Amino acid sequence: MTELMTDLKALEETLLAEIAAAGDEQAIEAVRVAALGKKGSVSERLKSLGSMTPEERQSFGPAINGLKNRIGDALSERRATLRDAAIDARLAREMLDVTLPVRQTPAERGRIHPITQVMDEIAAIFGDLGFAIAEGPDIETDYYNFTALNFPEGHPAREMHDTFFLEKGERDEARLLRTHTSPVQIRTMEAQEPPIRIVIPGKTYRCDFDATHSPMFHQLEGLVIDKTANVANMKWVLTEFCKAFFEVPSLNMRFRPSFFPFTEPSLEVDIQCDRSRPGEVLFGQGNDWMEILGCGMVHPNVLRFGGLDPDEYQGFAWGMGIDRIAMLKYGMPDLRAFFDADVRWLSHYGFRPLDMPTLFGGLSS
Amino acid sequence: MKFTLSWLKDHLETDATLDEIVEKLTMIGLEVESVDDKAALKPFVIAKVLTAEQHPDADRLRVLSVDTGTGDPIQVVCGAPNARAGLVGAFAAPGTYVPGIDVTLSVGKIRGVESHGMMCSERELMLSDEHDGIIDIDQDAPVGTSFAAWAKLDDPVIEIGLTPNRPDATGVYGIARDLAAAGLGTLKDGTVAPVTGKGECPVKVTIEEPDMCPGFALRMVRGVKNGPSPKWLQQRLIAIGLRPITALVDITNYATFDRGRPLHVFDAAKVKGNLVVRSARAGEKVLALDGREYEMAEGQCVIADDNGVESIAGIMGGELSGCDENTTDVLVESALWDPLTTARTGRDLGIITDARYRFERGVDPEFMVPGVDLGTRLVMELCGGEPTEAEIVLGNPTSIEGETVGSTGHHYLEVDFPLAETKRLTGLDIGRDESIAILKRLGFTPKGSEDGDTVRFVVPSWRPDVEGKADLVEEVMRIHGVNEIDPQPMVSHDAVNGRTLTTLQVRTRNAKRALAARGMMEAVTWSFIPHAHAELFGGGQDGLRLSNPIAADMSDMRPSLLPGLISAAQRNANHGFSDVALFEVSGTYESDEPEGQRRVAAGVRRGTAQMDGQGRHWAGNAQPVGVFDAKADALAALEACGAPVANLQIEPGGPAWYHPGRSGVIKLGPKNVLGTFGELHPRTLEALDVEGPLCGFEVYVDAIPEPKAKATRTKPRLDISPLQAVKRDFAFVVDAGVEAAKLVRAAAGADKKLITGVRVFDLFEGASLGEGKKSLAIEVAIQPVEKTLTDEDFEALAAKIVDNVTKQTGGVLRG
Repeated sequence: MTELMTDLKALEETLLAEIAAAGDEQAIEAVRVAALGKKGSVSERLKSLGSMTPEERQSFGPAINGLKNRIGDALSERRATLRDAAIDARLAREMLDVTLPVRQTPAERGRIHPITQVMDEIAAIFGDLGFAIAEGPDIETDYYNFTALNFPEGHPAREMHDTFFLEKGERDEARLLRTHTSPVQIRTMEAQEPPIRIVIPGKTYRCDFDATHSPMFHQLEGLVIDKTANVANMKWVLTEFCKAFFEVPSLNMRFRPSFFPFTEPSLEVDIQCDRSRPGEVLFGQGNDWMEILGCGMVHPNVLRFGGLDPDEYQGFAWGMGIDRIAMLKYGMPDLRAFFDADVRWLSHYGFRPLDMPTLFGGLSS
Repeated sequence: MKFTLSWLKDHLETDATLDEIVEKLTMIGLEVESVDDKAALKPFVIAKVLTAEQHPDADRLRVLSVDTGTGDPIQVVCGAPNARAGLVGAFAAPGTYVPGIDVTLSVGKIRGVESHGMMCSERELMLSDEHDGIIDIDQDAPVGTSFAAWAKLDDPVIEIGLTPNRPDATGVYGIARDLAAAGLGTLKDGTVAPVTGKGECPVKVTIEEPDMCPGFALRMVRGVKNGPSPKWLQQRLIAIGLRPITALVDITNYATFDRGRPLHVFDAAKVKGNLVVRSARAGEKVLALDGREYEMAEGQCVIADDNGVESIAGIMGGELSGCDENTTDVLVESALWDPLTTARTGRDLGIITDARYRFERGVDPEFMVPGVDLGTRLVMELCGGEPTEAEIVLGNPTSIEGETVGSTGHHYLEVDFPLAETKRLTGLDIGRDESIAILKRLGFTPKGSEDGDTVRFVVPSWRPDVEGKADLVEEVMRIHGVNEIDPQPMVSHDAVNGRTLTTLQVRTRNAKRALAARGMMEAVTWSFIPHAHAELFGGGQDGLRLSNPIAADMSDMRPSLLPGLISAAQRNANHGFSDVALFEVSGTYESDEPEGQRRVAAGVRRGTAQMDGQGRHWAGNAQPVGVFDAKADALAALEACGAPVANLQIEPGGPAWYHPGRSGVIKLGPKNVLGTFGELHPRTLEALDVEGPLCGFEVYVDAIPEPKAKATRTKPRLDISPLQAVKRDFAFVVDAGVEAAKLVRAAAGADKKLITGVRVFDLFEGASLGEGKKSLAIEVAIQPVEKTLTDEDFEALAAKIVDNVTKQTGGVLRG
């Protein structure tokens, strides 16, 4: 009797020691088979219950079953411990230096040129005011660039334009590179009945090259023609545009009389700004007036060239430098760099492709 | 146009301050570009040297005791040779900025002796180049008062930027008239009293070209004494940047700026015979007053005598008949010259003068005779002499519209002005009385009744720019004040504005954003490129070459965006940035017609500028760019533009500037080329002096068909099969020349309903396959739609795929 109990006790100690020593799943399984398998040491002893007297069974039964349960628990426990250790080991093995840099998203690396961005800003603002965007060719005829815009032959105003001419080739009259976007005024009047509300962004060319003049630059033309548009409306449109574009709540603008062959009356517009801090322009304050655009009522002769009766139709037009307003808003110091395609410049002054100017989300972020 | 305040006040009676005048000038359209109020000269005071002692330690220096009017004499160390006791000059105290030496004075020690200021030379005050000694003025000049005021150097100089339509404001008198009209004072009478001369002008004038010369007035003044002009005249000319020469010449310049009336003076002794106004003869030469010889051409207007050309009409006189100190008999010319001829001649000869500036804008024809009288009077006043009668000859008048005819045959234009026109065009409600009063003050005279809705105005002879009623609106508006116009909102057509961009504009915009999102940077490059580059890319024809390029390498309108982008990539590489990806969406030029301008999206990648990154990286270095990078960019641009990318064909090969074996053409249908892509031909790179690896693409945005108008925005119904999708792999050995696209098409064609995609996942070329063979492995995606496919179904489908591929490509299933 005690012999048997001693045997069980010894077996339990041996098995627990073996379980504790099992280093992996395989070893544990071996211990389990050796103890709880069909012919295992614990199973054999359970079988021996059958040949015992009921009294013996009463005292040995619980002892052997207890042993079986304890061994089973010990096995499960050991298995769990080993599994945790294995996971820990794997995790330790799999550790990476997360400070290593990832690759940059292409959309964060790519850039939109400031001219494109500003043109989109312009389209957003004028779209809201009901203006469509019109375009026209860079290579123009003398007629569209000058004659139809009321530039008299030989007039000093023509010479002020420093026009690029193309070789005549077979033609009687040389083609030229448009010196302003105004030819599109005529082309639009020819193609479309009033009311007309368009803005015309595009490339323009003049034979001039320094920090503020480039032989190629970008202009924004505007044209409104209906039966009532007047200088007061023009002041409103241009003031609203400048406020929206420069993203300031108020802006002082100065309209002063000037001269352009294709408008009468003609005006130039200055905006008030503070340029006392180098490299920075603050709008809506300060003591400086900076010229920003030219405008006026469409000249009766221009309306006539466009096939419209100046006593029935009237309207206004304006032109401003896109590069120039981009420089003013975003602070680029030199116009020439716009056309250098230097990736350092593009990366710095350019815009991310997903920064799309909208009025609801703000023009610039 | 420059003038001084005192000069303006010769013609304008006004109490207005300088600031008020400047502000008003700008607001009436005479934009003030700069004002020099001579503040820089204000700190200099008149001082008297009391004593001048030798400096103890310097031979050339003297120690002066100077009375500056403050009481105690001040010690000044001075090196001027004329520094002496009793001298009266200009003194600058410590703290004064001395413009001529660009220094702000402080108390200093010179060789051990303290100096509390400076006695200045003319150069130090930037009055002249005189620096031999310090300023030495009259003994009775008031010590302690402003030197500039005493010397009349404090007259502010105003410069206005004149618009080309205002010849009347090329004279101070015209500016005064505008200011007076704007309420800033009263215009003084500018009438020039006629000169009564003795006898006829002995030199006669013939106008051979009446269109070039509407009028010519000439008068001789005998017995003049020419020399330096008086101080007041010299000071005015210096103030506006002109160099005084002699009284006779200064008079012509004075009239030019005072009345916008250029004059010319001939030395009568040097004129042989009579004067003829004629067209120049080809090759005729004239030595002009600037000392340069000009070769004249036919169609240019000259004044000639028996010696030949004496003057380039309206532009510059001749040296040989010019006046000098020995002139005793002078011919004063006041003529009218045709603006167009003057402008053209000046431009062709490259001469810019104050006379040309005025004649090409249009000089007042009615002031021709007063002009010669003004000149005569000034000559008599400054040089003495006795005038003859004026010789006045007329050509063809400048204007022949209007009933009123002036003294030179000029017809005054008459404009019917509906008084409501100002409100119609400007929104400004100005009373009729004020409108009429403004126009009258500007010299417009009502003709007939002033009471109707429309008043007829006679345009003054000095305003050739005024053509019609819109011009009168401008006059009324600018004098009344543009500031008075309150902005008025424009009525919007729609509550919610619709799309305002055209399809091409939308596509341009989308292509740009898509390419930038692929890690490329948008460049804006010149529309004109070097001729050699244009030729290399299929351009360079005559009609697209500039006849006056700004630089030799900006000569030809580009046929392609690639040369500009490639050059830009190389420029970046030269700066140390070898891996760059650039794109541009802009115009190229196939012809000089509007439709010859294409809208192209193009891009280049250089070095290892892959979409996913460039250069070295711990997880794997970027590979050199190649044809497939360019192809991916091109397709991305097309997709962004809404091109039907699934229906495009890729044909191997491309234009000559690409690598023939690593380039392709993207087509929609047999004829419509939508783009090209590839690695650049080594010879192209060599010709552009550029190093690779470099690939590029061009997509013709304007060649993509317009989308069909859609009746609804509803998307087609989506059918999602509940059955499991499966993938099957196949590998085929085909001839090396077989295009992968053909094999993919063959496989996909096996069952268009079940097969939803075919992907090439391996390309293998090796000796084991045999010479001229390659293996292409494809993964076929199969989506059962009606029922789950059985093994037999799969086998049948697989057999069909193999069969199709074998039939169409000669490919053999790889075992």
